[in-house]
Amino acid sequence: MTAINAATGGARPALRHRLAERGIDRQLLLLIPAALFVLILFIYPFLYGVGLSFQPTEGGALGAYREFFTDAYLRDTILTTLQLSLPAALLNVLASVPIAYRMRGRFRGKRLLTTLLVVPITLGTVLTAQGLLNFLGPTGWFNRTLLSSGLADAPVRLTNNYWGVFFSLVITGFPFAFLLVLSYLSGIDPTLERAAATLGAGRWQRFRRITLPLLAPGLATTFCLTFVLAFSVFPSAVLVGDPSGTTRVMSIAAYDAAYVRYDYPLASAVAVLMGVVELLVIAAVLGWRALLYTGSTAGGKG
Amino acid sequence: MTAAATSRASTPATRPGHFETLRLDGVSRSFGGQAALADLDLTIRRGEFIALLGPSGCGKSTALNCLAGLLPLTRGSIWQDETRLDVLPPERRGFGMVFQNYALFPHLPVRKNIAFGLQMRRVPRAEIRRRVDEALRLVHLEEHAGKLPGQLSGGQQQRVAIARAVVLEPSLVLMDEPLSNLDAKLRLEMRTEIRRLHQSLGLTTVYVTHDQEEALSLADRLVVLRAGRVQQIGTPEELHTEPANWHVADFMGYRNLLPVRAGARQGAGITVEIEGQELTGTPVGDPAPGSEVIAGIRPEDLRIGPAGSTGVPATVEVVEYQGREVAVEARTDGGIPLNLRAVDRPAVGDRITVTVEPRRLLVFPADAR
Ligand SMILES: Nc1ncnc2c1ncn2[C@@H]1O[C@H](COP(=O)(O)OP(=O)(O)OP(=O)(O)O)[C@@H](O)[C@H]1O
Ligand SMILES: [Mg+2]
Repeated sequence: MTAINAATGGARPALRHRLAERGIDRQLLLLIPAALFVLILFIYPFLYGVGLSFQPTEGGALGAYREFFTDAYLRDTILTTLQLSLPAALLNVLASVPIAYRMRGRFRGKRLLTTLLVVPITLGTVLTAQGLLNFLGPTGWFNRTLLSSGLADAPVRLTNNYWGVFFSLVITGFPFAFLLVLSYLSGIDPTLERAAATLGAGRWQRFRRITLPLLAPGLATTFCLTFVLAFSVFPSAVLVGDPSGTTRVMSIAAYDAAYVRYDYPLASAVAVLMGVVELLVIAAVLGWRALLYTGSTAGGKG
Repeated sequence: MTAAATSRASTPATRPGHFETLRLDGVSRSFGGQAALADLDLTIRRGEFIALLGPSGCGKSTALNCLAGLLPLTRGSIWQDETRLDVLPPERRGFGMVFQNYALFPHLPVRKNIAFGLQMRRVPRAEIRRRVDEALRLVHLEEHAGKLPGQLSGGQQQRVAIARAVVLEPSLVLMDEPLSNLDAKLRLEMRTEIRRLHQSLGLTTVYVTHDQEEALSLADRLVVLRAGRVQQIGTPEELHTEPANWHVADFMGYRNLLPVRAGARQGAGITVEIEGQELTGTPVGDPAPGSEVIAGIRPEDLRIGPAGSTGVPATVEVVEYQGREVAVEARTDGGIPLNLRAVDRPAVGDRITVTVEPRRLLVFPADAR
């Protein structure tokens, strides 16, 4: 009798173990309320919007999309948005790398410097835009200095055009990129570079051959995140940009369609297309990332 | 004119020649006013195997990093023959280093890890290939050449780290506790392997360890450190038979260190009194008669005397099987614990008489440092 029990016990392990073998943890059930919340707040409106974009008042199911791609004023917003967000995201990532690289060790005043670099996050886009207008505007300090020092005859136009939005994207996006890159960098075992040094690698070689390859996947992720942040730019495109011309980004087009022309299907179509473009860029970056080494960044066991 | 010869001739700065002596002159390093290494004087001759030995935190890694150029010195200098070395960055010193955690490049396969240093020295491709193959064969990793470090076992990673350091034929190989992460059996195997490589490649090696057995079996000379200061430098035999003070003795397996009072001088010897027994020992470092001293004796130099012989009476407390012999811990009637070896296995609770060979009893001043 006991033998049989033991045998069946061996053949049928506890339910928890069987679930665990399939990667199911019953505690995951606790996530259900949160999952429902996400479903109601995010996925439902998303699906509703997608559905709406296929129900324009005229032109059949794809009418709104056809309108978007035939109207140059709408179609060009894709290029405008990419022209702003891709260089801004790239600059944010590329500028973070050397600064974070210099700051990865411990030194006096590191916390203060990090705090200063992170302040723009807390400011928000509108305050940044106001600051930019005050500083870089036609009568701002920057231009006044240029004029009074005789370096320029007329004010340099740096706001209410492409550059205003670009600066704003860099100011708000850089701290995110910097913090992410810094944390990726501190995850790389510092003895690896020391080992490379004893093998004869100079400063640049150590960075190029050891740190950069280990950092690259993190840079790809950072690029994707700052790109997404920059892509949906709206406030600064309006406030420090040229919202009817060179900085008419996709979100402005969507806003126009929805609240100026009351064409909700078209607005939804623009929103869906924004998502599609973002996904294409991210897929390309992550595809490149998949080619890289993405394993552990430690130098050995133990 | 072969490719190898040209590369040697064209890059003299990145390929420092082998030295005759490497001199450490008062090398010191402090961290925030706290001395981690103080006044290390040491001359390393070409072909020597030096072990830096000491307890955890005594400054062994600090000394090694100072040698490698990974830590700037606070004071002192390092000379390679007549060239001053401590002003050079690590990449210009031409030393090979094996790190405690191996520090293998996780994104490069084994072959590229080993080739890294050769590539940095711009060695021609064909020669890199040949030398990497040779290094792989040397550490028996031919089949694993294409794997990433993460796919190797600890012992295999260890061997990659050694191969990566020695493939450059460095003038000095530095090893920081390279065996500490391995299991006991592998540790013994790799120990032999390291000694074999040292001899067959004609290397000069500085080896850091806290394991006295490892140090004694590997090294030509040992440097014993304690709290950043050199306690003694000598051959394994010298350290084993003539430890300079009781700290070194402690490290060299003198498990019985008894605080006692010194008696009078007797010729070359000095008497101490243990449990009412007057014993004569060899003084080390001039212990004053009548002062507090420490009597040091190895477990293997204490014997169980025949019944009725003169010696210290004690009671057996613990018996540990150790193969050919047993290790016995006994306690004297006065409560002093003694570690000794015995061939016949005594039973716990047995009354025994412990005798000591006078020449093997060392008497150290108590406050020696
Ligand atoms: N970066 C550092 N900052 C401050 N103190 C340090 C630093 N590195 C080492 N120390 C101190 O210097 C002393 C010597 O350290 P070291 O690493 O050389 O010891 P070790 O002999 O290698 O020990 P272990 O056998 O545990 O590796 C220690 O007391 C340690 O606390
Ligand atoms: Mg150490």
